[in-house]
Amino acid sequence: MTAIATPPVTEQEKTTAGPPRRYDAERLFNRVALGALIAFALLWLVPLAWALATSIRPAQEVVTDPTNWFTANPTLAAYGDIFDAGKLPYWYANSFITSILTTALTVVAASLAAFALSQTRFRTRRAAFVVLLAGIMIPGQILMIPQFLALQSVGLLNTYWGVVLPQVPNVVAVFVFNQFFDGIPRELIDAARADGAGWLRTYRQIVMPISRPVISAVTIFVFVGVWNNFLWPLLVVTDPEMMTLPVGLTSVQDVFGVPYAQLMASAVLGAIPLLAVFLLFQRRIVEGIAGTGLK
Amino acid sequence: MATTTAPTKAPGRGDRWAGPGMLLPFALFYLVFLVGPLIYTVIAGFFDASLLKKGLGDFAGLSNYTAVLGDDEFWRTLKNTLWFTVLTTVPLVLLSLVLAILADRFVHGRWFFRFAFFAPFVLPSAVISLIFTFIYADQVGLAQQAAKWIGVDTPPSWLGDPDWAMISIAAATVWWTIGFNFVLYLAGLQDIPRSVHEAAAIDGAGPWQRIRHVIVPMLGRTTTLVTVLQAVASLKVFDQIYMLTMGGPDGSTRPSLQLIYDTGFVEGRVGYASTVSLLLFVVILLVSLVWFALVRHAEKER
Repeated sequence: MTAIATPPVTEQEKTTAGPPRRYDAERLFNRVALGALIAFALLWLVPLAWALATSIRPAQEVVTDPTNWFTANPTLAAYGDIFDAGKLPYWYANSFITSILTTALTVVAASLAAFALSQTRFRTRRAAFVVLLAGIMIPGQILMIPQFLALQSVGLLNTYWGVVLPQVPNVVAVFVFNQFFDGIPRELIDAARADGAGWLRTYRQIVMPISRPVISAVTIFVFVGVWNNFLWPLLVVTDPEMMTLPVGLTSVQDVFGVPYAQLMASAVLGAIPLLAVFLLFQRRIVEGIAGTGLK
Repeated sequence: MATTTAPTKAPGRGDRWAGPGMLLPFALFYLVFLVGPLIYTVIAGFFDASLLKKGLGDFAGLSNYTAVLGDDEFWRTLKNTLWFTVLTTVPLVLLSLVLAILADRFVHGRWFFRFAFFAPFVLPSAVISLIFTFIYADQVGLAQQAAKWIGVDTPPSWLGDPDWAMISIAAATVWWTIGFNFVLYLAGLQDIPRSVHEAAAIDGAGPWQRIRHVIVPMLGRTTTLVTVLQAVASLKVFDQIYMLTMGGPDGSTRPSLQLIYDTGFVEGRVGYASTVSLLLFVVILLVSLVWFALVRHAEKER
C-alpha cells in the first residue's frame, strides 16, 4: 500500500517545487550569459573602433592626448596623407586582380578535379583521391623556398602570375567540392549521360548550375585568403607598384614611422574592402566555414 | 540481344580518359607547387644548396641535420613556436566554446555577436598588426592605459619586454581569429537535436548541468577538429610576429617559420633552411597525429 501511495507524493513535490525554481535558474543564467556576451562583444569591438576614432583625429591631437577617443575637429587629413604618400590605388588594384585570377583558376581546377573524383570512374581514381587529400597535411608556407626558386627560374618574380599560380592548388577547395558532388543524385548524372552528353558537358551544363551555393562559398573563402595572404607576396613582389595591399600597408609604417593617425587610417583603408565583403556575404562565409570544417 | 546494349554502356575512348583529363589541370598545379617543392625540400636538406649559386651545390650528407639539431637558435625558435601555440590554442578553443554556447541561447542579436567576434577574422594580418602596434605602443597605447585604469602603476612594455612580447602577440591573435572557431562551434551546436535539450530539461537539469553534461560532450568531435586546426595554424605563425616585433625583443618571439625565412632568403642558406622546413613539417604532422591518436584512444575508452 505504501509502495503505491508514496510515489505520487514525490511526484507532486516535484511538480509544485520544480518548475518555478528551474524557471528562475534559467532566467538568472540567461541574464548572466547575455551580460557576459555583450561585455565580450564590446571588448572585441574596441580595437576596430579605436583605430577608426584615431584615424579621424587631427595628428597633433593624437600626439598630445593619444588615448582619447573623441575629437571636436574630425578630419580626413590622415587619409589624404596616405593616398598622397603611398601607392594605395596600385595596391588595391593588384590585390583585386591577383585575388580574382587565383579564385577563378582555383574554382575551375578544383571543381573539375572534384567532379572527376566524385562522378567518373577510372582505375587510379581512389589512389588519386588519397594522394590529393594527403595534400591537406602539407603546410604550404614551409615550401616557400622551392616555390620561390621555381618562379625565379621562369622569371615570374614581380608579376601577377608569380603571386597567383602557387596559390591555386587549394586542396581544401577540392575537398569541399567533392563533398557537395557526392551528394548529387546519381540518376541526374546518368540521365544526362544517357542523353548523350559528354562528361565535360555534364559538368558544365548540369553540375555547375546546381552547385551555386558551394561555388560561392569556395569563391569567398579563396578570395579572402588570397587577398589577405602576406608571406607569399612579400617574397615574390619587391616593386612597390606590384605590391598587394597587405604588403604595401607594411611599407606605410616605414614611411610614416610614428604618426598614429596615418597608421590607423591605413588600417581602416585596408579593412574596408574585407568588412564590405563580410557584411555582404555574411551568411555564405559562415556556411562555407561550417561546411568545410564539419561535414 | 547483345547488340541492343545502350551506347553509353560501352566505355568509349573519350570516356576512359575523361576522369584523368578533368583531374589534370589541378593535378599539374598540385605537382608543380606542392609535391615538387616538398621533394626538393627533402633533397636540398642533404646538400649545401645556396640562393646565390645555381643548382644544389655540394652533397652535404647529414651535416645540415647535425648543424640544425645542434643549433640553439633552432631549438629556441621551436620553443617560441610551441609556446605561441599553447598561448593561442588554449584560449581559442575554450573561449570560443564558451562564447558559442552562450550565443546559441539567444536567437535575437546573434547577428551582432557574429559580427563582433567574426569580423576581425576576415581582416588581413597587416591591418591587425597596424592596429596592435598602436594599442601596444609604450606611453601612447591603449593597452598600457587600460592597465593603469585597473590599478597597475607601471605596466610593462607589451612588445618590448621579452617576458610579455609573446603573450601580447598571442592576445592579439586570439582577438583576430576567434571568430573562425566560434562559427565552427555554432555549426556544431546546430547539429544537436532540439529533443536532446528538451529531454535534459524535463529530467530537471539546470542550464549549467545541461551545458556540462549534455552540450559539451556532444561537441566532442567539433572540439577535436577545432583544436587540431588551431594548433596546426598556430605552428605556422609568421605574419603578425614579423610585423609586430620582427621576432624580437632579442629573438624572444622569433618563430620557426621566420628562421626558415631568414636563413633561406636573408642569408641564402637554402640547404640549412630546407632542413628546418622539413623538421617543422615533421613537428606539425606529429602534433596532429598524436592529437588524433589521443582522441581515438579516449573515444574507445568511453
